[in-house]
Amino acid sequence: MEAFVRLNGLVAPLDRANVDTDAIIPKQFLKSIKRSGFGPNLFDEWRYLDVGQPGQESTHRPRNPDFVLNQPRFQGAQILLARKNFGCGSSREHAPWALLDFGFRAVVAESFADIFFNNCFKNGILPITLPAAEIDALFAAVSATPGYRLLIDLERQLIERPDGISLPFAIDAYRKERLLNGWDDIGLTLRHADIIREFEERRRREQPWLFCG
Amino acid sequence: MSQNSPQTLYDKLWQSHVVLEQDDGSALIYIDRHLIHEVTSPQAFEGLKLAKRQPWRISSVVATADHNTPTNHWERGIEDPVSRLQVETLDANINEFGALAYYPFKDARQGIVHVVGPENGATLPGMTVVCGDSHTSTHGAFACMAHGIGTSEVEHVLATQCLVQKKSKTMLVRVEGQLRRGVSAKDIALAVIGSIGTAGGTGYAIEFAGSAIRALSIEGRMTLCNMAIEAGARMGFVAVDQTTIDYLKGRPFAPKGDDWERAVASWRQLTSDEGARFDQVVELRAEAIDPLVTWGTSPEMVVSVKGRVPDPASFADPVKREGAERALAYMGLAPNQSVESIAIDKVFIGSCTNSRIEDLRAAACVLKGRHIAANVKLALAVPGSGLVKRQAEAEGLDKVFVAAGFEWREPGCSMCLAMNADRLEPGERCASTSNRNFEGRQGAGGRTHLVSPQMAAAAAIAGRFADVREIV
Ligand code: SF4
Repeated sequence: MEAFVRLNGLVAPLDRANVDTDAIIPKQFLKSIKRSGFGPNLFDEWRYLDVGQPGQESTHRPRNPDFVLNQPRFQGAQILLARKNFGCGSSREHAPWALLDFGFRAVVAESFADIFFNNCFKNGILPITLPAAEIDALFAAVSATPGYRLLIDLERQLIERPDGISLPFAIDAYRKERLLNGWDDIGLTLRHADIIREFEERRRREQPWLFCG
Repeated sequence: MSQNSPQTLYDKLWQSHVVLEQDDGSALIYIDRHLIHEVTSPQAFEGLKLAKRQPWRISSVVATADHNTPTNHWERGIEDPVSRLQVETLDANINEFGALAYYPFKDARQGIVHVVGPENGATLPGMTVVCGDSHTSTHGAFACMAHGIGTSEVEHVLATQCLVQKKSKTMLVRVEGQLRRGVSAKDIALAVIGSIGTAGGTGYAIEFAGSAIRALSIEGRMTLCNMAIEAGARMGFVAVDQTTIDYLKGRPFAPKGDDWERAVASWRQLTSDEGARFDQVVELRAEAIDPLVTWGTSPEMVVSVKGRVPDPASFADPVKREGAERALAYMGLAPNQSVESIAIDKVFIGSCTNSRIEDLRAAACVLKGRHIAANVKLALAVPGSGLVKRQAEAEGLDKVFVAAGFEWREPGCSMCLAMNADRLEPGERCASTSNRNFEGRQGAGGRTHLVSPQMAAAAAIAGRFADVREIV
């Protein structure tokens, strides 16, 4: 997993509440067997005027010019600005994969759905929750300022606005350490392999029927 | 906690699986059974290979292909190339890494993962059971700690046999009394969700108890635990009793001989102790539950078949009012419309909620000697597994379904999530025994009403929702 330390990125605003994971990546794309390559289908139903199919080349599909990610000024955005309850709905991890594959490394929103929030950390995306007033101010600033960027400093837990104002954010210490180091869950758990093996052997002795086969 | 203070079943299950407590309050939890299907596993196996890791204990894995597999014309194979690739990728991964058991497409024991595990005795009391599918809570019917996981966690369990978990709060849902005729476990599930809401169980592990729950068969308990996730809970479970033990005896992966006796003795401990404290208690009377029908786009939007679609204006909470307005618009329903006046286009009897033998029997009992209404374009009966299908055929249930105008299909998830060809067209209305009525769940623009198998059968005959108690 790629470490997340500091990010100075272009901000794209997605001004609606309750964006669900099916909107982030519609279910027909769940049939893929890869964890990469979902970027072209991120927000597929909003981004394109036709109905996307898995395996289809997206370059020549008709685009919805009104959709924010299709606007030239947001090309190359790495920070997504969103509203309340971002990532609700099905637990599909394809949602963070699609965001990551598109190029987003951080999502800043008023609130997140629980499973999506967890899935972000597992994939090196930093989800940041800010108070509604700060989110409102950011939406206003992004729309007023072409090329609006934010600097996210995970070590100091601060978002620095171009006008010099810093917005502090909260993050669980364990998650922060993992993101800063790019540690994946499996590597961390396998540090305890001996303890797991000991537990397993005792269980096998005491309840052998759980280990048939 | 002292050894002597009374424990809930959840406390016992949790404690017996803690490998290691971590500083932040989470724990490494050992996983006994890992169920795998074709949709959420390919990326996990890919990740494992990319990291050059080996599975920790592959004999914990039971796998089957269910979400994408067609439910008819098996001789043609899987025609959709993308679905076929997923299923073939599962074949290849199991071929490479192994499994305790694999029931591939067309296998006699293939079926929906949550039907296949229990009927083969691969789900045993006291286990932790995980699967990359939110309805893994189904296995709680056997006093298991069973819940869905994401694909990263599938890879984590493959590589380490553990999950990092935080302990949930506990909720006791006690249902006392006797269900009335025509009312089933599905109606209890919908009644619970209607009463606590789809977020009511968030952060909780739910234990279902009380005389009405003890009276349920294992199949009924699976239906109930299956829907715990729709109440927002990660898991739901029922304590072990004689019903649990009788169900398991003689199943292929159930213990045999001396092991059986020892296992049964330990399983009998899997109940909440007298006086154990729960963080929340919810009580329902079984007699008060009617056959239910959902009217909206969330399982909590539910009402008696004898009731009416609510008027959004009657909700004091503006969020609920707006939700109800949106749901009625999507569902094409009018405020105060009687449920029995809602005509349907399709019927789906199946899914991991209601595709077991008891469900098919209940539906067939209503359909026997009757026929679906002229306005019903398609009625599907999709058994949960190959074993269920053959059992039903041995009992002649397939003939009852077919004579009534149903299509009798091969096992799989089918129209529960419409990943294969079984789906609703925009605007079509379905009486469905599945578990989710979200917008587009059964096909873009499709309108889903969740009901029990007997109520789905009643709706098929009437061509609209009807009270099963007035039909049989
Ligand atoms: S039947 Fe439906 S809910 Fe159950 S496992 Fe299949 S898709 Fe999921």
